[in-house]
Amino acid sequence: MEFPEGLKYSKEHEWVLVEGNSATIGITEYAQEELGDIVYVELPEVGEKIVKDDPFGAVESVKAVSDIYAPVSGTVLEINDVLPDNPETINDDPYGDGWMIRVELSDKDDLKDLMDEDEYAEYVAQQKEEEDDDEDDEEEDDDEAEEEDKDKDKDK
Amino acid sequence: MAFALKRTPLYTAHRRAGARIVEFAGWEMPVQYTGVIEEHRAVRSHAGLFDVSHMGEIEIRGAAALEACQRITANDVARVKLFQAQYNLLLNDQGGVVDDVIIYHVKPEAYFICVNASNIEKDYAWIRDHARGAVEVDNQSAMYAQLALQGPASQAVLQPLTALKLAELKSFHFAFADVAAIRCMVARTGYTGEDGFELYCHAKDGEKLWNDLLSAGAPGGLVPVGLGARDTLRLEKAYPLYGHELDDRTTPLEAGLEWVTKLAKPAFIGREVIVKQKADGVRRKLVGLELLQPGIARGGYQLIKDERTVGRVTSGTKSPTLNKAIALGYVSSEESRVDNVIDVEIRGRRVPTKIVPIPFYRRKGVAKQVEGGQ
Repeated sequence: MEFPEGLKYSKEHEWVLVEGNSATIGITEYAQEELGDIVYVELPEVGEKIVKDDPFGAVESVKAVSDIYAPVSGTVLEINDVLPDNPETINDDPYGDGWMIRVELSDKDDLKDLMDEDEYAEYVAQQKEEEDDDEDDEEEDDDEAEEEDKDKDKDK
Repeated sequence: MAFALKRTPLYTAHRRAGARIVEFAGWEMPVQYTGVIEEHRAVRSHAGLFDVSHMGEIEIRGAAALEACQRITANDVARVKLFQAQYNLLLNDQGGVVDDVIIYHVKPEAYFICVNASNIEKDYAWIRDHARGAVEVDNQSAMYAQLALQGPASQAVLQPLTALKLAELKSFHFAFADVAAIRCMVARTGYTGEDGFELYCHAKDGEKLWNDLLSAGAPGGLVPVGLGARDTLRLEKAYPLYGHELDDRTTPLEAGLEWVTKLAKPAFIGREVIVKQKADGVRRKLVGLELLQPGIARGGYQLIKDERTVGRVTSGTKSPTLNKAIALGYVSSEESRVDNVIDVEIRGRRVPTKIVPIPFYRRKGVAKQVEGGQ
């Protein structure tokens, strides 16, 4: 699994590429894999404001709809026009052609809460381990289950 | 409260094959192996193998078996000859659907009923409580593994593994035969809208049957398929799914299943309500929907016309075959005509949606009556 260098990552599995005062946002390879075949993407409009930790759009797989949470606050400068007609681009190239929106950051301090590639790789490894534990163990550890439920919210 | 989830005899095989496992009706089931769309297309073009061992099996046997089956189901079981199968409904006394089932005539005085996983306990109690006379009712759900081999290449995949002459096994017929040296009940039935077979074997033989079928079929394009594609396949064919299109408060007339309710047969539970509803007309009907603008309608979304709620979506997806967003839903009878355009509300946004004939997909060259059984 790929974790490109130089990107910032959120716990909700979005990535952020910061260039000056603007940030490009997409979902990670792990997120697209968990979602499965993406068949529809709902994005905000240019000029709309997005708020850190609030949903700014949604992706639908054949199975379910999932909210996408804003990793930062800002104003939408650009949306990826390719996605409405070719949502599977997110599956094919989540870090490249499958980018979702570009925003003007309203507060650069938002970036402090995000992870770098190493931290995110470790975070994903943990999530996978928890998933495996969950699948292997007959008995449920309440704390772990609760933690996982929280983390998995967007995948449902 | 935490309930332990159940696993089919194939659980380990699924994990080994890299399946993503999800909870479904109290079971840990594979939702996909390589991807829902890829698996869906494999079934439409070649063949797919499904583990459906979570489905339940209840046997009714004894001198009064036919009489009992007639009383608890809406379709005419007297028409099901030995080694034939039939789509049928258990109705409650309000005419609502307790479950939709396939009933197999396995012995002169025995019927084997395949029921939905989510309804096994409910059905077993219902059947025991309502099957009168000289019958025994047996919940055999844990005894069997059930595999569904579906797709145009199914017969070619299965034939080398069995002496049974598959070309002679007609739709909604079955036979007892060895497949890969494993004793099976081989039925020409399915839930995908393609030709195919459902194989019942002893639970302990399930994994070997699964592995042998996959090895034999792989060169011909056979792949394992999860519940994700099972759902998109049945939805294209507009087959109802219990808990979505059918439940205890939905009648067969509303669900478009009038063909299953045979009013001329001996009295059955729920009949009076059906007779009355047929005379009075139904207030709502199950319809097919096609979205006219981008979006996906999901179960529970409201259907709206002129600022009035006129119905509710029961299932929806993007059809991999038609490449359109499709859905099933209940709509008030006055708005249920084909070509009528209503709105579906998707997270606060209104999307125009046209009522279209169902099924959305029908494989070529098959007469309608053969597909539905009797």
